[in-house]
Amino acid sequence: MHLILFFLFAGFCLAGAINLLVQTHPINSALSLIVVMTSLAVLYLLLGAEFLAIAQIIVYSGAVMVLFVFVVMLLNAGREERTLGSLAASRVGFPAVVALFALLATIVLHVQGLGAAHLGEGLSNAPGQSNLVLLSQVLFHELLLPFEVTSVLILIAILGAVALAHVEGSKVPNSETAAQK
Amino acid sequence: MSFLQHDVPLSWYLLLSAILFSLGVVGFLIKRNVITVFMSIELMLNAVNLSFVTFAYQWHEVRGQIFVFFVMMVAAAEAAVGLAIIIAVFRVRSTLAVDRIDLMKL
Repeated sequence: MHLILFFLFAGFCLAGAINLLVQTHPINSALSLIVVMTSLAVLYLLLGAEFLAIAQIIVYSGAVMVLFVFVVMLLNAGREERTLGSLAASRVGFPAVVALFALLATIVLHVQGLGAAHLGEGLSNAPGQSNLVLLSQVLFHELLLPFEVTSVLILIAILGAVALAHVEGSKVPNSETAAQK
Repeated sequence: MSFLQHDVPLSWYLLLSAILFSLGVVGFLIKRNVITVFMSIELMLNAVNLSFVTFAYQWHEVRGQIFVFFVMMVAAAEAAVGLAIIIAVFRVRSTLAVDRIDLMKL
């Protein structure tokens, strides 16, 4: 069962990632990236990370990709024009990618002591101790400060996004000023 | 039906993660649209997250999953700021093609 689910969703993942590269229209790339992220959520479930699977669907497939699709619609992004690309990309980039992948694959396939994933087995096999309990125990005891600092980071990101996307000196004509005239 | 009972070696998960990361790098190199280039970066982040979850499973260590949680939060913030920058660039240059946004190119 685990093997079938793994092959099914790893296949979805790879198909989505390749489709992202092949498609020329940004909206098609965005939709195939949603497929990749949702299949990754299922793979997280297979690896016993229930909380991360749900967070992946809500944060990535939900929030981040909606933002991407929204920007594609807002900027009316059309079909991209294929050019030859830069010289550095073809001379250095692609050999570097092949070398990187070969290195990673060699390390992964030769490393000793990696086990096998068993369905239904998580971080802890104690009954009544779910993945979420383990996660929150560490997160809210040992890592409370980094967790709180991240909220400041997100606040700064919101302010930065508003400041960047805001046009200087532009006034939206609202109904109040229109009524005064 | 012994085929159904088989477990999946963790190295396959790591291999999938490596393939996804490489596809992300290739997308970063061949894509000519700023938004799709940005999507390739998100794909690379996701590939690394899969490695983290796999190693967390291998070592029964919950901190690997917490790191993925932090990566997700930072990626969400990064997507918001990055897309705001893309909107600001589009307003000035009226194009999304990376070849046309070359003011700082040598």
